[in-house]
Amino acid sequence: MEDIEFERIPRYVSATAAYRRGLGVIWETPPGIGGWLSSVDHKKIGICYIVTAFAFLILGGIEALVMRLQLIGPDRHLLTPEQYDQLFSTHGMTMIFLYAMPVLSGFSNYLWPLMLGSRDMAFPRLNALSYWIYVAAGLFMYAGFAIGVGPNDGWFNYVPYASRPYNPGMNIDFYALGMIYLGISTTVGAANFLVTVMRTRAPGMSVNRMPIMVWGTLTASAANILVVPAVSLAFFLLWMDRQFGTHFFDVSAGGQPLLWQHLFWMFGHPWVYAVVLPAMGMVSDALPIFCRRPLVGYTPVALSTVATMILGFGVWVHHMFATGLPNLALSFFSGASIIITVPSAVAVFAWTATIWLGRPVITTAFLFFSSMIVLFVIGGVSGFMTASVPVDWQLTQTYFVVAHLHYVLIGINLFPVVGAIYVWFPKMTSRLLDERLGQWNFWTMFIGFKLAFLPMHLTGLRGMPRRIYTFPDHMGWNILNLVSTVGAFVLAAGVLLLLVNVIQSLRSGRLAGANPWDGATLEWSVPSPPPSYNFAVIPTVVSRHPLWEDRLQESADRSTAIEGMLLDHGRETLATTLLDGDADAILKMPGESYAPLLLTVGLSGFFVGLLLHQWWLAAFGGAVATASIVGWLWPERALAQIAQPRHV
Amino acid sequence: MNSSSLSLACAAILALTLPATAAPPLGYLRGFGPKSDPVVQLTWGLLALSTLVVVVVTALVVIGTLLRRARGGGGIARAPVERGGSGLRWISVGLGISCVALLLSLVWTMVVLAAVNAPPRPARVTIEITAQQWWFKARYLSPDPSRVFTTADEIHIPVGEPVRIRLIGADVIHSFWVPALSGKMDAIPGQINETWIEADHTGRYGGECSEYCGVQHAHMGLVVVADPAAQFQQWWDGQLRPANSPQSAQTVAGERDFEFHCGACHSARGTAAGGTVAPDLTHLMSRGTLAGGMLANNIGNLAGWLANPQSLKPGTNMPNLYLSGQEIASVTAYLQTLQ
Repeated sequence: MEDIEFERIPRYVSATAAYRRGLGVIWETPPGIGGWLSSVDHKKIGICYIVTAFAFLILGGIEALVMRLQLIGPDRHLLTPEQYDQLFSTHGMTMIFLYAMPVLSGFSNYLWPLMLGSRDMAFPRLNALSYWIYVAAGLFMYAGFAIGVGPNDGWFNYVPYASRPYNPGMNIDFYALGMIYLGISTTVGAANFLVTVMRTRAPGMSVNRMPIMVWGTLTASAANILVVPAVSLAFFLLWMDRQFGTHFFDVSAGGQPLLWQHLFWMFGHPWVYAVVLPAMGMVSDALPIFCRRPLVGYTPVALSTVATMILGFGVWVHHMFATGLPNLALSFFSGASIIITVPSAVAVFAWTATIWLGRPVITTAFLFFSSMIVLFVIGGVSGFMTASVPVDWQLTQTYFVVAHLHYVLIGINLFPVVGAIYVWFPKMTSRLLDERLGQWNFWTMFIGFKLAFLPMHLTGLRGMPRRIYTFPDHMGWNILNLVSTVGAFVLAAGVLLLLVNVIQSLRSGRLAGANPWDGATLEWSVPSPPPSYNFAVIPTVVSRHPLWEDRLQESADRSTAIEGMLLDHGRETLATTLLDGDADAILKMPGESYAPLLLTVGLSGFFVGLLLHQWWLAAFGGAVATASIVGWLWPERALAQIAQPRHV
Repeated sequence: MNSSSLSLACAAILALTLPATAAPPLGYLRGFGPKSDPVVQLTWGLLALSTLVVVVVTALVVIGTLLRRARGGGGIARAPVERGGSGLRWISVGLGISCVALLLSLVWTMVVLAAVNAPPRPARVTIEITAQQWWFKARYLSPDPSRVFTTADEIHIPVGEPVRIRLIGADVIHSFWVPALSGKMDAIPGQINETWIEADHTGRYGGECSEYCGVQHAHMGLVVVADPAAQFQQWWDGQLRPANSPQSAQTVAGERDFEFHCGACHSARGTAAGGTVAPDLTHLMSRGTLAGGMLANNIGNLAGWLANPQSLKPGTNMPNLYLSGQEIASVTAYLQTLQ
């Protein structure tokens, strides 16, 4: 009889306290360390992701500060060249791979089911797996640095310098295997996001009613699925070259250094968009809350998100303008890199129009989001300048590019993320962050950021190459570098204020209630923090702004999160159709499981074995991983979904 | 919300720092030849356009926020929600203006790219530059084999004439960059890249490796000296001569020590020192710098470099030779004769 569970028609009810209690019993993660290690609750995983990513942000930030001390003036000897090289490589690896993407995965993990009106991600255990692998791969990549053999060839790790003859230590092996390992996390996470958005939106949430952040993460996930294999392959080939004498990148045997660059940037450039599009989505969703009106141009903004990514696949060669490729080829990539500005411009005009046509309420979050528009434009125009081949021949590999990429990554990732913390922290913790401290936090970060990175454009225009561990006097760079160092410390103080605010508000922040900002989307309809089951009944959606319908008066229909389908035969959520979001089937959801953690332990053993050439360990790790997968996939009656859904 | 005044303040700080450090040696906002001039104009053009865009958008955000901000207290929940205008006109007008500016920039880019693609007239001088950790070897090519010679880190070119540069990467990837004359071109192992430079003023132009290439990437400099044509010929002829023969007892001893301790890697043509993995020192004293542009070429630096290269340039391929004080003195004296 379990088999036909799948096709039962759920009762359509108003949620009562009794139902909620029952659902709580079904969905609650058991307390204690065991619950924590086996939890598949997207909210817990999301918060873990965000906290871990911030830990890496702080590590990467400390690395940056040490480098800035070395560069505070000419001819400093705080660091040896090798230490400096490991620091800038580890800093890049940390910020790009271990902070920027995971922090967005954290927000999306936490927010998606709440925004989409669902009870969890489509594959809760896969979600836990992607988090555990992220942690394990991060520790793996940092282990080399901790014992003095961190990556030392920059985050893009060009061969032949990364090859064994020039780089005989284990530095690059830690990085190469770590990146392959991390790629598993990114890939399973992306697959989970894709299926989640296709399958588990609330009934009525057609694709044109999804929040823009969902569009952003959806697009980024699709890109990751397509491009992560390129980089995993590149690192695998490199590791084979280094350990087993293959010749993929070995010039003396006909290998090609440019093969590395193509494989890396085919991944690397789309990745850059993947770490900003979800953050741009946060701004598109949250800025309108503070402007008290819907986003201007929802459809153009959603489409330009997708367009950015599609064009983003065709611009990787702009990292390689000086490699001697034919100018005709360069001109196509130059054109594509200039054209990609267009969809970004759509977002900028949509946000400014939202401010002008709304009534902005100036909160800390609003300051972070609106200043992000300006930082985004600065990072955008400096990127546009590097898209012009002859200009890029001068700009590339100078501090101008360092300024550009920090405007992009801090401006379009960190600023929206901090804004998002001010917006959604109350949802996660039930307490508001302090607004007065928030203002200090914003202005310190903003001024520090400007001081550190605006002068860097000029440092680059005055010819300072990046990745030099020291510089001579009389080059015209002294004062600019001094200002950048001061700015970096001010920026760090700003981040510290955020941490102070978080810790203080966790204890004594003002209680938020369900909807402190009067937001429009479904996550604001549930209590703060949300119950383990998210929604007592599956909500029904009839517009993009379910909680603003009474005020916008755009149709007679109303969304509801109070009355809806009751799904309480074990852990269940609703599957809906791809485009229209019509109710389609009942999904049986898994409970707590140690399989993801165990699989991670096995895989970690496998990768450590490969690193150390301890084949027995690799084999043992592989066996543990295989056993975990078998255990994971072992048929469970409670999860059986044998009957096919009826399609009309 | 006052980010524009902040940006202005930052700009003011920058402006104040400028006079103190005029004419940065590696700057490229001024051109010195037909390869760099059109690029400099394009750079300024795009910089001006970019600055304009930043100012306009910053103004839109700041003024919009100040003009439209919700007045009166009561918190966000009291502020009414209204749709107001659709705002699509903002996007279409903004996009229209952006597309025109982008298209013009694209066309200008292509025009400049075509202009600097090849030298205006055939180059009569070709220099083969082999970039390696962490110095540049320069071989002057000629159809007449007796006129071919090798030098390092400091290359002379005739003023007003295009010079072809053939780039070889000997070990890892490096990049050839002389900002006042030309943008970058990578030197990549396994392929030969070509570029060209031309200076329309005599003078010394600084250059630098600009692709990260290992621990001493920071000290891989290059100097291009543009000479009048006659002087350039004279310099070339001079470079073809073998090394001067030592005259004093000390320099004779120095030559012997040099051949013994240095000759496996370095050359001084006409002596037994014939190594090719390190810079050719036949005319060392004609060059302004030592150690990949890191040190000025004077007797003190030379002696210091011989005494302990690893402390001056950690990781350099020149090993510490543990020479005695006397040996350092004699080799230094000998090297001083290599005019």
